[in-house]
Amino acid sequence: MEFFRIRRDIPFMRHALVFNAISALTFVAAVFFLVTRGLHFSNEFTGGTVLEVAYTQAADLARTREVVEKMGFGEVQVQNFGTSHDVMIRLPVSKTTKAADMASNVFAELCHAESGQVADRQYTTPQGEQVSRKACEVAGAEPLKLSRTEFVGPSVGEELAWDGGKALIFVVLGIMAYLAIRFEWKFAVAAIIANLHDVVIILGFFAFFQWEFSLSVLAAVLAVLGYSVNESVVIFDRIREAFRKYRKMSTHEVIDHAITSTMSRTIITHGCTEMMVLSMLVFGGPTLHYFAIALTIGILFGIYSSVFVAAAIAMWLGVKREDLIKFSAAKEGDPNDPNSGAVV
Amino acid sequence: MNRYPLWKYVLLAFALVIGLVYTLPNLFGQSPAVQVSSGKVVVKVDGSLVGRVQQALDAAGLKPDYVQLEGNSVRARLADTDAQLKAKDVIGKALNADPADPSYIVALNLVSRSPQWLASLHALPMNLGLDLQGGVHFLMQVDMKAALTKKAESLTGDIRTLLRDKNVRHSGISRDGNTVTVNFRDEATRGTALGLLTDSLPDVQWTPQAGANGDLSLSGALKPAEAIKVQQAALKQNITTLHNRVNELGVAEPVIQQQGLDRVVVQLPGVQDTAKAKDIIGRTATLELRMVDDSAEAAAAATGSGPVPFGTERYVERGGRPLIVKRQVILTGDNLADAQPGFDDHQQPAVHLKVDAKGTRIMRDISRDNVGKRMAILLFEKGKGEVITAPVIRGELGASFQISGSMTTQEATDTALLLRAGSLAAPMEIIEERTIGPSLGADNIAKGFHSLTYGFAAIAVFMCLYYLLFGVFSTLALAFNLLMLVAMLSMMQATLTLPGIAAIALALGMAIDANVLINERVREELRNGSSPQAAIHAGYERAFATILDSNITTLIAGVALLAFGSGPVRGFAVVHCLGIVTSMFSAVMFSRGLVNLWYGRQKKLKSVSIGQIWRPAGAAGASTSTEVQPSDAS
Repeated sequence: MEFFRIRRDIPFMRHALVFNAISALTFVAAVFFLVTRGLHFSNEFTGGTVLEVAYTQAADLARTREVVEKMGFGEVQVQNFGTSHDVMIRLPVSKTTKAADMASNVFAELCHAESGQVADRQYTTPQGEQVSRKACEVAGAEPLKLSRTEFVGPSVGEELAWDGGKALIFVVLGIMAYLAIRFEWKFAVAAIIANLHDVVIILGFFAFFQWEFSLSVLAAVLAVLGYSVNESVVIFDRIREAFRKYRKMSTHEVIDHAITSTMSRTIITHGCTEMMVLSMLVFGGPTLHYFAIALTIGILFGIYSSVFVAAAIAMWLGVKREDLIKFSAAKEGDPNDPNSGAVV
Repeated sequence: MNRYPLWKYVLLAFALVIGLVYTLPNLFGQSPAVQVSSGKVVVKVDGSLVGRVQQALDAAGLKPDYVQLEGNSVRARLADTDAQLKAKDVIGKALNADPADPSYIVALNLVSRSPQWLASLHALPMNLGLDLQGGVHFLMQVDMKAALTKKAESLTGDIRTLLRDKNVRHSGISRDGNTVTVNFRDEATRGTALGLLTDSLPDVQWTPQAGANGDLSLSGALKPAEAIKVQQAALKQNITTLHNRVNELGVAEPVIQQQGLDRVVVQLPGVQDTAKAKDIIGRTATLELRMVDDSAEAAAAATGSGPVPFGTERYVERGGRPLIVKRQVILTGDNLADAQPGFDDHQQPAVHLKVDAKGTRIMRDISRDNVGKRMAILLFEKGKGEVITAPVIRGELGASFQISGSMTTQEATDTALLLRAGSLAAPMEIIEERTIGPSLGADNIAKGFHSLTYGFAAIAVFMCLYYLLFGVFSTLALAFNLLMLVAMLSMMQATLTLPGIAAIALALGMAIDANVLINERVREELRNGSSPQAAIHAGYERAFATILDSNITTLIAGVALLAFGSGPVRGFAVVHCLGIVTSMFSAVMFSRGLVNLWYGRQKKLKSVSIGQIWRPAGAAGASTSTEVQPSDAS
């Protein structure tokens, strides 16, 4: 089985201008959306309270929203989460109520709306673990359960945002330094521009669709950055090898050759990783949903940017054979030696 | 040329065995158990409790898998939930004489079912994070300012007493934030005071200043090094207090750790009732100092032959002896500045106590009038009190004094701990809180596991179809990778979270890259006309440099996340970094080992099973459009 029956080098670099134009346009679009719509930060960054409640019947969002809004916490978000029975309620940081009590207050109010009472329940799980929790009871049944609560103080949220930014800067600088050492500074710059473009595109998607940007998504973005630099590295490696092997090829042709010969590996690897990520998207549930989406976008755009854009930018920066292959001066030969310069 | 020396195969086999051994505990699941922990601050859990629990279970005819001391609780693992419930009753009855006031808390719990021999090899299952187990997570911030303010206040009192005792006149002492200002009327007095204060209070930095209306003053603030020490001590004391509190909840594996300079993380897996947990954690115990009543009626009351005299109360000492103590409170824990274990003049274990200025005055008065009498130090929790220690007053006591006599070093340490547990050194506030229900936890595990399994299966099927035998080797290498990763996480006792499972999946997805690189290279070499043995050799050699480069860049991203991440992101980062390391090992060394084992010995290897080597029609080996013939492959 061979999917990639390529007879000759595909002249990619002839279209370098087109590739870069497309990527520049998408970049501008992404920045536009980021600036106008902004990212929809999760409460891990903004601070605030999150509650997840599970109703036994399909949840009536309108009623839930009414109950929560009446409590006067300011701007609240009520939405389905995963299934139609699960509702996620997001509350901003409140100055009046202690945030730690907000969750239990809201649960109590929702319980009253279902005409139930909040009571303590002790029970033993089938494995014998003793668990105690607050349950909302109406005549012995539980119309709604509290699955999860989370509260982040505003200072913690801000710190997390800062830490995320620092991590991103560290990754960028680290990768640039490594590539500059392994290859050459032009390659480092080209790789970073291409891959940061990836990151901005992912952020642009999140801004456009207003998907929730949480810490896991940030982790996914950084992982994607590291992963898509791989692509560029593989191609640069080939470029270096081709510079060595094919002395007569021009830079333009060398790059074409490098991209063509690594095409099969690029597509197959990305396909395999994408299979794993798709499995996460399908089976991973709502918690991993946005994480998997960020990875998917990163992988798909990664092929494009790392393969076409990085090499094109390197070419435009004027990368040459001499950048990668250091000729030692001693090879000039001793002028007094009659045999110098002879090649067998 | 494709032969691995024997030691490399031995190394691979060894790694495989280690991987299996350390991954095994994770597959065993959990089994019901009973955990016995201390119910009161004064009660300790140690080896002797193991014997008592064992006896109680034997008497009831229950056969636990094992009974052992783990950390500061005793755990007994049982076969099923019926035995577990029965054991709980039996142990409760045997250890707690009074069910309303239990000395020991007996809780139901789950422990791993892995056999003892694995545990003795230190092969334990991974810890499951809260999002996989369910439970409560608190992040508490210690109000350091309050700790420093408290210290400044006690300093103010000390200075006042000191200057009065030495007859140095001053015209006012005030405190502003954490700075104490003492005003003087003339330079000479200020000079004397400066000398005096620098000698007796070395922790404070004094600066002469010109006061508001021509007054001369000295302004003092804690030296920065001292301020840091106060904060660190406050944090440590709060953590100790939290430990004691959390023990009461009978939680399986609580996590109480310092985070940063002024924060404490408290994680309680399995607890669903946040309100109760918060209540218990926030509570403080109070310390009280009272005189012991040694009149004849009191002695009678102590033996039980008479009623408790008016104005006194009956408490129990450590060791069970009753003690009659006067109702009047002399000192409270607020006045106690510090308690440290140490040695007295005769090199006997002792506890050194420091009280603040108010406490000093009180101690001096009381001790002067009551030499030879006993003084009791009581700890009140949940409204009930217990005597920590009741020493005899030997002489006039001042700001620092010691309690010594007939205690071992362990007892001295314990007593000092209990005295410090009297109050939180500085107030704490909850700044982050998470609760996750247990069903959600189990759900998350299932989800993570499924996504991992199906993704792996999809990749495996594709690789085997596309690369045939080499694909099979690649899949085996990937499986080896997974094994090594899980084994390393178990060895490190890392905590597995849902992002951690995602990181495992991602690591596997990325790890296949190395194998694809190698396989494609080998195909290319074969396409260019190399002999199969040479193709395999060249494929692995050439691919290695690329694999190294690409993995290092991914590693940089992983390290950044590790350094700057916290909470679940950190779990993701740890697995990510480990995954890169194991993938390099498994993709390069393990798969090469397999290939060498299979193909290496055949000298005249005609073909390798790597799928279709497609050659373009025309000259075999010509694959480029330019005129230059590629140089020889090797």
